[in-house]
Amino acid sequence: MRRVAAERAKRLLIRSFLAPQSSAAVSSPFSFLSSYSAAAMSTASTPVVSLDSINPKVLKCEYAVRGEIVNHAQLLQEDLKAKPGHHPFDEILYCNIGNPQSLGQQPVTFFREVLALCDHPSILDRDETHGLFSADAIARAWDILDVIPGRATGAYSHSQGIKGLREAIAAGIASRDGYPCNADDIFLTDGASPAVHMMMQLLIRSEKDGILCPIPQYPLYSASIALHGGSLVPYYLDEASGWGLEISELKKQLEDARSKGITVRSLVVINPGNPTGQVLSEENQRQIIEFCKKESLVLLADEVYQDNIYVGDKKFNSLKKIARSMGLGDKDISLVSFQSVSKGYYGECGKRGGYMEVTGFSADVREQIYKVASVNLCSNISGQILASLVMNPPKPGDESYDSFTAERDGILLSLARRAKALEDAFNSLEGVICNKAEGAMYLFPRIHLPKKAIEAAKAANSVPDTFYARRLLDATGIVVVPGSGFGQVPGTWHIRFTILPQEEKIPAIISRFKAFHESFMEEFRN
Amino acid sequence: MPPKPLDYESLNENVKKVAYAVRGELYLRASELQKEGKKIIFTNVGNPHALGQKPLTFPRQVVALCQAPFLLEDPNVALLFPADAIARAKHYLSMTSGGLGAYSDSRGLPGIRNEIAEFIKRRDGYPSDPELIFLTDGASKGVMQMLNSIIRNDRDGILVPVPQYPLYSATISLYGGSLVPYYLEEEENWGLDLDNVKKSVATARANGITIRAMVIINPGNPTGQCLSEANLKEILLFCYRENLVLLADEVYQQNIYQDERPFISARKILLDMGPPISKEVQLVSFHTVSKGYWGECGQRGGYFEMTNLSPQTVDEIYKVASVSLSPNVPGQIFLGLMVNPPKPGDISYLKYSAESKAVLDSLRRRAHIMTDGFNSCKNVVCNFTEGAMYSFPQIRLPPKAIEAAKKAGKAPDVFYCLKLLEATGISTVPGSGFGQKDGVFHLRTTILPAEQDMPAIMASFKKFNDEFMEQYENYRGFSRI
Repeated sequence: MRRVAAERAKRLLIRSFLAPQSSAAVSSPFSFLSSYSAAAMSTASTPVVSLDSINPKVLKCEYAVRGEIVNHAQLLQEDLKAKPGHHPFDEILYCNIGNPQSLGQQPVTFFREVLALCDHPSILDRDETHGLFSADAIARAWDILDVIPGRATGAYSHSQGIKGLREAIAAGIASRDGYPCNADDIFLTDGASPAVHMMMQLLIRSEKDGILCPIPQYPLYSASIALHGGSLVPYYLDEASGWGLEISELKKQLEDARSKGITVRSLVVINPGNPTGQVLSEENQRQIIEFCKKESLVLLADEVYQDNIYVGDKKFNSLKKIARSMGLGDKDISLVSFQSVSKGYYGECGKRGGYMEVTGFSADVREQIYKVASVNLCSNISGQILASLVMNPPKPGDESYDSFTAERDGILLSLARRAKALEDAFNSLEGVICNKAEGAMYLFPRIHLPKKAIEAAKAANSVPDTFYARRLLDATGIVVVPGSGFGQVPGTWHIRFTILPQEEKIPAIISRFKAFHESFMEEFRN
Repeated sequence: MPPKPLDYESLNENVKKVAYAVRGELYLRASELQKEGKKIIFTNVGNPHALGQKPLTFPRQVVALCQAPFLLEDPNVALLFPADAIARAKHYLSMTSGGLGAYSDSRGLPGIRNEIAEFIKRRDGYPSDPELIFLTDGASKGVMQMLNSIIRNDRDGILVPVPQYPLYSATISLYGGSLVPYYLEEEENWGLDLDNVKKSVATARANGITIRAMVIINPGNPTGQCLSEANLKEILLFCYRENLVLLADEVYQQNIYQDERPFISARKILLDMGPPISKEVQLVSFHTVSKGYWGECGQRGGYFEMTNLSPQTVDEIYKVASVSLSPNVPGQIFLGLMVNPPKPGDISYLKYSAESKAVLDSLRRRAHIMTDGFNSCKNVVCNFTEGAMYSFPQIRLPPKAIEAAKKAGKAPDVFYCLKLLEATGISTVPGSGFGQKDGVFHLRTTILPAEQDMPAIMASFKKFNDEFMEQYENYRGFSRI
């Protein structure tokens, strides 16, 4: 039952990628519901909360990163515990989700020292504490507690987050970009995802409101747009040119959507890209900003991978920095920039820390954003503290600087090596082309599936890349996300593979994958 | 200059409709005054630690160790942390795959959900399924998720008590549903009279609304009333007959200040009633680490437990939860510790017990101090705070005050509360933020200011109130006792 529902929803998702929702396509599910609600007014025995009567937007929403393949992997994992030796592998390798610390990446020591002290400040007065914690961690904990009213880390804070921490973050942003940042423009959230949801909530009034999203995209965007009842307007990144973003493609999709009666409200840019990993050039960024200004679009800049860049010839530039360098300020462009503590070299996914920096909106819109934030009172304080640490790490001269730098560089260099090793491995496989991961945490190889495989997938009532991913899982225990979860040019098939398994495991993973792939291609050879 | 892409006119209308007075006008004014140097006593939100309540020691020790697991390898850690905190940190870390920094299962760590199920079983005497317990970043997120699943369009109505905690009205507005109010009876200590509920349902249905769910807040917010067993039975029977899902906000279940009506969970009563009701009524129960005697609001830890929802529906709710990846892991550990605290014989038990008891006993005393203080004012009638964290006195305002409010463009209780704020620094929330009968005015304050500060705060309130009444009633010696 679940699979049928998931497949149906997946087809809806793919359709929504390929064409903006027309009002005709959306109204058909509702006519069923309005006749139902008349029946529900009597004492019907159908439960209130059932698949027939649940909010249809919930049904429409899909999120493949934790979808069908992962559910199956979890069942296999239980099976492995109960019946060891029953499968051709000993463990499930979760390469589906950007969750570094679940695969052995260690947290940054300095950050955890400060967080522990802020969680239990009563030990700051004890002599023994100096033996267990570094001096600059103790000093930073004091600094942070001093900006928290009453030093109460268990109290709800200001709904945008603690002012002193926002000031620290704003200083970090200004130092990164070379342009000023206002602490009152920052909204600290439980991870970047809730901030994205907030913006979708504000922007989407009906299915006639469209949001331009890159294809392939991180499916938070498609899921959020579906949940809020809007339309996803896809723009295709160009696989042949390293997943480049062409302004001509943006223009084409915008005009196409408008001709169908869609009001395009916003453009989502993920830089570095997910799942593609491409890092935008400055020229590209200038074109994007000009485009948004000209077409009156809110620019949503997902920059959560800003600290994950693996190529020497590219660097991260925030879209805000580029806009300011073009002389464009608050009056000229509406821009929301998202950052998170989950990625980078810190990988603190479980903490749920992040923020959005909101610039270029009128005061009355800002009030509304604040109001929505206030209903949830505030984000978790520990996550707020962590965000301020990420944007303000140890500096030269600090006691922890050397060990911090060693940890940071160790992680980043290892990620770069793993990205290269996996990229080369994929490119060595028959029928597989893999673009370089310039940044982020993923590889997105394209797999030319033989006709026989595609037919077998159809016969199994499965999308071809999901069929491939399922076979991969059953043969090797490796969990990936099928490309259809992110969107792709129709008729092309991809998988998303994280670069996060520990470095010493990579050779074994590569050889398992190779063995599976060769056998798969052999099985379905024409 | 082209129009801005997102201006006030082009905002989602539902967002504009949202009102959340707890951090609305009064709070914003109070914050302004605070910036200008005025001493403000924030009693607008149930935020115990902000008013001096200290965190319990044991949970902070455990979570600090979980944050910095390298401490566990240091031989000197025992100098700063008791052995049971160390053991407990290891216990929770072993539940994770990668410590606090890894996304957990989107429903929360299975180990914690097991501990919560055990707690529910001990509390109610019935087993609970951890698969039907979902952890969230605070109970509010869980409430929003459930309401989002239920509300399809503006003809879907949700029964909400008046007065209510405005998370419900705000969320219903945000998701485009209809709020169907049912009035609590102030004269009956804010009792729930089912006839009021039936009346509201009939009116709503006559207007084409499909009633989908009923919210109860037990103990109540802002009213504090604790529902009796009989009350809960008739509510459940009503939901059964009318095919409504019951949303039981039970976040204050550990804040009870009288002994006649201890807390009983809606789930226990439901299961006591036996089949068919116990197998058919759909129920979602909410709890949190923010209240009780823990008061750990800033951790954002909460859960909801689903009863009688089909597996397919639970899957859909799981799917939506997965879009947000996972609730924050430290908050999950706080939940585990709350439902599974130190036991007699544990090293930390005595301290934990003493700290908890001190908070609860003090809250009970403060509930009385505040109620009595309000009732000593001639124009104020205040029901006793049976539970939760608030006092919701009714303030009788003279006609001249109401006129002055109108002239100032403010609702009368907003006018009163602003004047109270400016005169005394006490920042409350006007009753209109929670809903009240027409022409009847209240304010909500918390019972959270430190016990030693209470007498001065009540005296300060009384002084302001009497002067206000003298000014607007032209009656000298108004409340001179």
